[in-house]
Amino acid sequence: MKLFENLIGKVKPHFEEGGKLEKFYYGFDALETFLFVPGHESHGTHIKDGIDLKRTMFTVVIAMIPALLFGMWNVGHQHFLAIGEFTAMADGFMDKFMYGAIKVLPVVVVAYGVGLGIEFVIAIIQKHPVNEGFLVSGMLIPLIMPPTIPLWMVALATAFAVILGKEAFGGTGMNILNVALIARVFIFFAYPTYMSGDAVWVAGDASLFVDGFSGATPLGVAYLGGAEALAAVKVLNYDMMSMIIGTIPGSIGETSVIAVGIGALILLVSGVASWRIMISVVVGTLLAGTVFTLADISFFQGIPAYTHVIMGSMLFATVFMATDPVTAAQTNTGKFIYGFLIGIFGMIIRALNPAYPEGWMLAILLMNVFAPTIDHFVVQSNIKRRVSRAL
Amino acid sequence: MIKLSRGFDIKLLGKPEQGFLDVGSPQLYALKPADVIGNGPIPKLHKAIGDKVLAGEPVFFDKNNPRIQFASPVSGEVVEVRRGAKRAIDAVVISADNSVEFHNHGALDIASCSREEAVELLLGSGAWTLLRQRPFNSLADPEVTPRDIFVSCFDTAPLAPDHNMLIEGKEAAFQAGLNVLAKLTSGSVHLGVGPGSGEVFTKAEGVKTTAFSGPHPAGNVGVQIHHIAPINKGDVVWTLKPQDVALIGKLFTDGVFDAERTMAVTGDELKRTGYVKTRIGASIKSIVADNLKHESVSCISGNALTGTKIAADGFFGLYDDQLTVLEKGDKAEFLGWLLPSYKRPSMSRTFLSFLRPNTEYHVNTSNHGEERAFVMSQQYEKVVPMDVFPQYLIKSILFSDFEQMEGLGIYEVVEEDLALCEFVCTSKQPIQQILRSGLDLVRLEG
Repeated sequence: MKLFENLIGKVKPHFEEGGKLEKFYYGFDALETFLFVPGHESHGTHIKDGIDLKRTMFTVVIAMIPALLFGMWNVGHQHFLAIGEFTAMADGFMDKFMYGAIKVLPVVVVAYGVGLGIEFVIAIIQKHPVNEGFLVSGMLIPLIMPPTIPLWMVALATAFAVILGKEAFGGTGMNILNVALIARVFIFFAYPTYMSGDAVWVAGDASLFVDGFSGATPLGVAYLGGAEALAAVKVLNYDMMSMIIGTIPGSIGETSVIAVGIGALILLVSGVASWRIMISVVVGTLLAGTVFTLADISFFQGIPAYTHVIMGSMLFATVFMATDPVTAAQTNTGKFIYGFLIGIFGMIIRALNPAYPEGWMLAILLMNVFAPTIDHFVVQSNIKRRVSRAL
Repeated sequence: MIKLSRGFDIKLLGKPEQGFLDVGSPQLYALKPADVIGNGPIPKLHKAIGDKVLAGEPVFFDKNNPRIQFASPVSGEVVEVRRGAKRAIDAVVISADNSVEFHNHGALDIASCSREEAVELLLGSGAWTLLRQRPFNSLADPEVTPRDIFVSCFDTAPLAPDHNMLIEGKEAAFQAGLNVLAKLTSGSVHLGVGPGSGEVFTKAEGVKTTAFSGPHPAGNVGVQIHHIAPINKGDVVWTLKPQDVALIGKLFTDGVFDAERTMAVTGDELKRTGYVKTRIGASIKSIVADNLKHESVSCISGNALTGTKIAADGFFGLYDDQLTVLEKGDKAEFLGWLLPSYKRPSMSRTFLSFLRPNTEYHVNTSNHGEERAFVMSQQYEKVVPMDVFPQYLIKSILFSDFEQMEGLGIYEVVEEDLALCEFVCTSKQPIQQILRSGLDLVRLEG
């Protein structure tokens, strides 16, 4: 600690006004304030809450760690299932984890490296402090990628999301769409074969896979063949329990209900994410799912509505994406409406859309666009209340 | 009883002990034009350096409103006129005599005097400067008859004084003052009382009393107005503090401007806390001298949220009845955002201290982070028990949207009502400063 203090004290003059590295000040500032909360005195109120944006963002990162760690293991687990080794869940833990880590960590490193790199460069050019928002986006992006994603694609998508999705709008706090979802939607539409279908969810050389191994996700199976098909692949352990534990193919961080649930618990107890949004997304999903099942218009023949909550990326999207405070509705009433509509639209895209079975990414992006409109009406009602009071 | 649930009590060490501190009486007193916000006066001096002045004798008047006189709190001699930027007067400093000699303004029978006579007495004696007007929290306008007058009789701010202590010995004057106030308004005089309010407040006559309970800012007069009779566009109401009501009462019964005010001395950087009987604008030097635990402190006239930072030989503000002394928060903290090196109050549940809500904390004046763009939502709403959307209001000020500011209720709030927003803000936004810029905008253009 003293060491850092001396080091910073020694190099700081170079970055300050008149120093030879003056133009890199905000890059230096980001590192310095990461190590040391500066001894700035409060203006306005003389005392301040201990919370700051770094701590808030870091809480979200911590909430994603269970999904990340489980994701690493599961990437390995799915690979070994495919090649027919260590097929029991408990077998080969270290092999599976190491295999997954080798696949997943580079994605994390690339996402953070590219994203933070761009943020530093832009902060230095525009002369403003580096904002902490990307700490979360940089972790979200890997978790919503398939394990087979090429690294250059992660880099490209991250750059696209940070530059056009965030910095073009003015940086953290100003963006309209969720940054991580922009990265995903970019790949989804630019390179659809890397983001959908049956082949992308299991890492490894497909020629080594055992005969009959499909790599399809439970969601994909249920979408094409309904409950019967899902029951038929039960040999691959696609039952309810495996979906809850998360031993199924899927994007890196999305498969485990338990891991995502721990994250949700951290976010709710710490109060960092909105319970209003989480609850209303689930309610909207269940309602739409029930209606579609009863009306018999869903592609998911015979799948009960609650299964939709644990299948696919629904829970992950609800906990980590829909609750993004910048792009979600900002009024309490607005949050209920926003979340509920995500549930409804997500299910419409999932269950009624003939092209692909997953809808949360598009539903959330759609509602991101409409969140300010929802808030507008809530705010207007407050203004009208005030006007009518005066009459 | 109006129960408010939203808000936050900041629990700090250094509450004022019940009882009076034995400190020497201060030598210097100051009148500071900047204590008046909104329509701060442009002072024109009646007295020059070296002039003798009696307690209650006008020292300067407001150039924009020559009827409003600012009177000396003590008898003595004008010793200094401190000037700041553009030679504007920062403070007129008066050195006190050994005993207080009052200027006689002439007593006035409260029951039989007219409103005009009452207003003239208040204006000429300096007591008028204690009346503040909403919207804007500025000096009351003598040309206006307020819709109502509001007095909050309890304080919920950090380390707040107990108003029962402050009013001790002034009970009769308080009631007399309420009778005067009733003359000034076309509506009612409203008292907001809290859970611990004594009978001097709860049994006051000729007023409408409303009981409030809940965390800070339940004791803020602005919050109470919102729940009793909210300020609509065009409404004007006045507010003042209980001790100043008593001051006005004494002015009418005895004919003197007696600026004696009991102040709470608070903060855990002080060896001894408690109450002191002193006068408006007193120097804090004799209170903090030999009373500090450490050298590196911040002295605040007022509470830790809304007070004004003053030097260790500075002066109490015109409206303040509290001194808060806290540790200076000017030290960098290694990884302080991740692993705080000491416990600190927070509304955020990312600190495990939320499990022990009754802990009292040692605090310093650190900002605990740097300013950022708005990211979180609904943080402010949790600490503002009013039907107001603070974040939208603040944003409407930031882009100068008059219609939106009015619609969202800018007339109903002043800095102290949104001070907790600034305290809890994750992005460390200067909420009070932004709000004042909006208030100035609508005041000057509206």
